[in-house]
Amino acid sequence: MSILLDRDSRVIVQGITGRMARFHTKDMLKYGTNVVGGVVPGKGGETVEGVPVFDTVKQAVEATGADASLVFVPPPFAADSIMEAADAGIRYCVCITDGIPAQDMIRVKRYMYRYSKDKRMVLTGPNCAGTISPGKALLGIMPGHIYLPGHVGIIGRSGTLGYEAAAQLKERGIGVSTSVGIGGDPINGSSFKDILQRFEEDEDTHVIAMIGEIGGPQEAEAAEYIRDHITKPVIAYVAGLTAPKGRTMGHAGAIISAFGESASEKVEILSAAGVTVAENPAVIGETIARVMEAA
Amino acid sequence: MDIHEYQAKELLSNFGVDVPAGALAYSPEQAAYRARELGGDKWIVKAQVHAGGRGKAGGVKLCNTENEIYQACDDLFGRKLVTHQTGPEGKGIYRVYVEAAVPIDREIYLGFVLDRSSQRVMIVASSEGGMEIEDISADRPDSIVRSIVEPAVGLQEFQAREIAFKLGLEPKLIQQMVRTLQGCYAAFSDLDATMVEINPLVITGDDRVLALDAKMSFDDNALFRHPQIAELRDKSQEDPRESRAADRGLSYVGLEGNIGCIVNGAGLAMATMDTIKLAGGEPANFLDIGGGASPERVAKAFRLVLSDTNVQAILVNIFAGINRCDWVAEGVVQALKELDIDLPVVVRLAGTNVEEGQKILAKSGLPIIRATTLMEAAERAVGAWKNDLTQGTKMRAV
Repeated sequence: MSILLDRDSRVIVQGITGRMARFHTKDMLKYGTNVVGGVVPGKGGETVEGVPVFDTVKQAVEATGADASLVFVPPPFAADSIMEAADAGIRYCVCITDGIPAQDMIRVKRYMYRYSKDKRMVLTGPNCAGTISPGKALLGIMPGHIYLPGHVGIIGRSGTLGYEAAAQLKERGIGVSTSVGIGGDPINGSSFKDILQRFEEDEDTHVIAMIGEIGGPQEAEAAEYIRDHITKPVIAYVAGLTAPKGRTMGHAGAIISAFGESASEKVEILSAAGVTVAENPAVIGETIARVMEAA
Repeated sequence: MDIHEYQAKELLSNFGVDVPAGALAYSPEQAAYRARELGGDKWIVKAQVHAGGRGKAGGVKLCNTENEIYQACDDLFGRKLVTHQTGPEGKGIYRVYVEAAVPIDREIYLGFVLDRSSQRVMIVASSEGGMEIEDISADRPDSIVRSIVEPAVGLQEFQAREIAFKLGLEPKLIQQMVRTLQGCYAAFSDLDATMVEINPLVITGDDRVLALDAKMSFDDNALFRHPQIAELRDKSQEDPRESRAADRGLSYVGLEGNIGCIVNGAGLAMATMDTIKLAGGEPANFLDIGGGASPERVAKAFRLVLSDTNVQAILVNIFAGINRCDWVAEGVVQALKELDIDLPVVVRLAGTNVEEGQKILAKSGLPIIRATTLMEAAERAVGAWKNDLTQGTKMRAV
C-alpha cells in the first residue's frame, strides 16, 4: 500500500510536449510509472516518448482509462488545465507549475467543490516536486534514486529540502512509503492536514515526517489535527528560523505575516501537539530514525 | 509588488472608492503650486514611500500656508524615511502627495487580504482606525469584524451591509460604505491584488466616506495580465540587489551576516541559512537559484552574492534533482575562474551524478573547500570565515 499513487495508477501528462515535460515523462517511464498519455490542445495524434498525445483530458481518459495527471502547463493556463482534469474524472492531480496567480488557485479550489466529495479530484501542488511511492511510481520531477521503499510517509512544502530529508533517510537505510510535495504557494491543493489524514489510514506508513517552512497557517492547523486525530508518531522540521519578518523567501507562500507563521512559533505549536521536532535540517534523518526505534 | 499611496488611490477611485482631492509633486515648487490648485487653506503633504508607519516617522505633515509646504518638502525630498516597516536603511523620498485636509469625525480600519486558512479573500475591518492592525488585534480584538468573500459570486451587498452595521455606522452612511467595500473588492479581484488596506477610512464632518490612506500590493505571478499595474513599479523603493536578482530570475533577499549562500530551492535555502547560524555564523543572504541550476545561473548567482561587500565566505549548496551535479560543478568552476574570487568557497553537492561533480571540482585545481553533508558544509564555511586555517588546509582540494 501507499497513498495517492501506486503501480496501477494510469498517468497522463498535461503539457507533455514542453521541454521539461518531455524530459520528466522519460524519467517517469524509466522509473516504472505507468504513463499512458499526454494532453496538449491541438497536438492530438502526436506521440512523445512513445506515449500518445490527445487534445483534451476527456479524450485521454476515454482512450486510456487514465486516473492520475501531472500538470506541466505554463502559469497563465495551468489553472484551466487543473479544472479540465477535475472535470474529466481524474482522481489525483499533481501540478508542478510554479507561478500560478493566487486568485486563479482560489477559483480552482472553488470549482472543485462542484463535485461531491467521493468524486472530487485530489490536487497536490502547485509549485511542488510531485509525489513518489518508491519502487512503485513517480509522479513529478524528483530524482527517484534517492528514495528507498519503506514506511516513512513524508509531506513537504519544499522540493529540494524534501530531497535532503530522503537522502538522509537513505543513508541510514530507512525507506519511504510515499513522499508528497504540497508546494510552496499560499493557496495549494492539499494541506499538511489533508495528507496527514491519508497517512494515518495507510497501513504501510508507520511514522510521518512533516517538512514545513515559515509562512501561512498550515503547520499550526496540522498541529491541532495531529493532537486530536493522528495516532502515528510525527516528526517535523520547519525551515526559516533565520528568516526576517515580512520578507518573502523565494516561495510565494514563505512570508511571516501573523502569529504562528514564524519558524520558532511553528516549532512551539508542533511540539505542544506532541510532534518530535528536528532542531535543524542536518538531523532530520537522525530524528526520524530515533523515533522509529522508539516506536 | 507594492505601489505608492497616490497610485492606489487613483486605482481605487476608478472602482468607486471616494478619496480626498490630491495631487502629486516631484519638487517643493510643484507641491506649492499643486496645493494652490487644490484650493482650501489646510493641506497634508505626504512622503510617497513603500512602507507603512509614515506618520509616526515624520513623513506626513499638516501645512497651513504655502511657506509651510515649502518647508515640509525641503525636509522630505531626497531624505530616507525610516519607519518600523523599512528597516534601518529607510526608503528614499522622491515624490510627495499633496492633499486637501478634511474634517474627520471617525476613523475606520479596512483591509482586504488573501486568507490562507479559508483560501479566499477576507475582509478585515475595525472601528479603531488610525492604529496599525497589529496593535488593534492586540489592544481591541473585539473591535475587529471579519468576512470571507465567496469567489464564485463576489462580495454581496448584504455582506457589505453587515460589515457597515457592525462598525456602528449611521444608516445614512451605509450605502456609501457598501459602495466603498464593493469597490475595494472589485479592485482587489479584477487587478489580482494580494492586499488592499485603507487605514484610515474616514467619516468626514460632512458625512462622506473617504479613503484617507491606501495601500495595495499585487500578485507578481499575475502581472503578466496587468501591464498597466506592472508599469507602476518603482525601483527606487526596492533593494537594488533584490531587484537586480529578480530581473535575472533569481530570488534574493539581503541579510546582515557575512556568509553568502547559493542554494537551489527556497526551502533548502532557508534550511542552509538555519544551519549556518547553528554552526556559529550569520548568513549574508537568502538566494534560491531555482530547481534547474545551469552554469550560467550559478555564475550570475556568484556575481550577485559578491556584490554584497560584507560577504567573507561563500557556501554553495546544490541538491541536484532535475539537473546533475557534474553540470553544476562545471558552472561553479567556470564562475570561479571567470570572477577570480579570493574568498573561501565551500561547495556541497548532493543528488544525481554527485561523484562526477566532485571529480570536476577536485580536478579544477581551484581552492574549493568540499563538503558532503549540509552540516559539514556550514561548519566549513563558518570555519573558513573564522580563518581557521588548520581546518581549512586539510579541506582544500589542491
